[in-house]
Amino acid sequence: MFRRERSIPLRGSAAALCNNLSVLQQRNLTHFGVVHGPSAQLLSAAPEGVPLAQRQLHAKEGAGMYESDGSVMVYWHALDSGDASLVQAVFARGIAASGHFICVELLTPDTSHRHCHEPAQGQLLSAAEDTFVHIWKLSRSPESGYIEVEHCHGACVPDTQVCGARFCDPSGSSFAVTGYDLAEILRFSSM
Amino acid sequence: MSVRTLPLLFLNLGGEMLYILDQRLRAQNIPGDKARKVLNDIISTMFNRKFMEELFKPQELYSKKALRTVYDRLAHASIMRLNQASMDKLYDLMTMAFKYQVLLCPRPRDVLLVTFNHLDAIKGFIQDSPTILHQVDETFRQLTETYGGLSAGEFQMIRQTLLSFFQDLHIRVSIFLKDRVQNSNGRFVLPVSGPVPWGTEVPGLIRMFNRKGEEVRKAEFKHGGNYVAAPKEGSFELYGDRVLKLGTNMYSVNRPVETHMSGASKNLASQTQESIAPNPLAKEELNLLARLMGGMEIKKPSGPEPGFRLNLFTTDEEEEQAALTRPEELSYEVINIQATQDQQRNEELAQIMGEFEVMDQPRRITSKGDDLLAMMDEL
Repeated sequence: MFRRERSIPLRGSAAALCNNLSVLQQRNLTHFGVVHGPSAQLLSAAPEGVPLAQRQLHAKEGAGMYESDGSVMVYWHALDSGDASLVQAVFARGIAASGHFICVELLTPDTSHRHCHEPAQGQLLSAAEDTFVHIWKLSRSPESGYIEVEHCHGACVPDTQVCGARFCDPSGSSFAVTGYDLAEILRFSSM
Repeated sequence: MSVRTLPLLFLNLGGEMLYILDQRLRAQNIPGDKARKVLNDIISTMFNRKFMEELFKPQELYSKKALRTVYDRLAHASIMRLNQASMDKLYDLMTMAFKYQVLLCPRPRDVLLVTFNHLDAIKGFIQDSPTILHQVDETFRQLTETYGGLSAGEFQMIRQTLLSFFQDLHIRVSIFLKDRVQNSNGRFVLPVSGPVPWGTEVPGLIRMFNRKGEEVRKAEFKHGGNYVAAPKEGSFELYGDRVLKLGTNMYSVNRPVETHMSGASKNLASQTQESIAPNPLAKEELNLLARLMGGMEIKKPSGPEPGFRLNLFTTDEEEEQAALTRPEELSYEVINIQATQDQQRNEELAQIMGEFEVMDQPRRITSKGDDLLAMMDEL
């Protein structure tokens, strides 16, 4: 079972894009990336969801490197977005850490799935526009050798069109959720 | 973002505008023939052939500023006048209604059914005018041609484009609050019960398949929602049962049109970005506006059909009060185009617009859009 934890306020609401949430756990800091519209937000939080720093990035396709608290952009590598007439949605596909820096990658979506996988526990987190977030357990049956799926937990985020959901730690004991038009990151942790 | 979104945005917002105007015309006891004339004039302008051609070209959505200006002109296409406060309220209601409809569409493709619901109702307003009826049917045909073959993914892109346009709008609407489809914080209620979208199964079953694609195991789980199977699919034909109620007229004489302004969004970040970012589409938007103005006959209020003012509020005092207390972040910046009084002036304007399309301008212009906007403001 999961319970709601303190939400993290965002300066701008989340856009209705697929997989609109990236999470990176770094020591005892958690970094989140959410696309608002013409901009993306990178924010860092301490344990218990206390917000530390928030930064707005201009959403362009490419990858950027920032100081680990998100304060300074050190480097930006733009990708050629190709045909200008095919304007597509960008989303924060990934956040990774490299030494003291955080890298944010903004790309166009090629899938409408919203799920996140924690290999250590075999857990899968899925979220959809019907307001529900589900946690599943993937395992391999010892007899047949087939992959099996078991439903562990479902949570309704009332009146929220969920557009991003990610585990916040390697054990899958906490996760974060964003919703269209919602100016906060919702957090859940297991009881 | 999808470049096929504008026709859907324009037609559905226009449809909501007509529902609201129809209700207010009846509530204000405007004589039947005058009311019919107003609706006929507006609908005829909306479905103008040249305007529709321009609308259906693949293009980005217009800015909120430009779109609001288009509806301002549309509402004044006849002998009816609206004060700024009433026009603001009208636009608030239109946008919140369509936002609600887009959000609650079971499938992304259902936004087309919502559009058809609006067009069906519009045809009801103009039953006695075969010419305008033909224009609307022509638009139906164009909608089917443009959208009939799109995939679910392309409709999802359209949906996301629309939701992006409506992001951060949380104006509270009385009729929505009463019907409990909107919460007091301005957010819409997303039901977790009822029929699933057509073509999907009721969730709650896990099916496992082997390498050969044969089902080997089934397991049930508690989804959390309370869904039932969809009874039937709505019709995408010219005539037919749309099944979906979204986009039908929710107003009637007994259900007045009201808004509360206090539930406005506190998020100013998005609004400021919209107004300070340079608009590369200003030229295209103004071309559309020029065509729209060119296609509209300016009604002289002192002629055989005297004009009248429609009030979206219950009293003049309420309207005045609304104008004074409208929150800053909700002010619509309308492109300042003076209503021209005669046809000749209109032609001059169209000519000026035409001249600006020629590329060989001697002086450096940083942005053609900005230049045209500045010119329009000076008129």
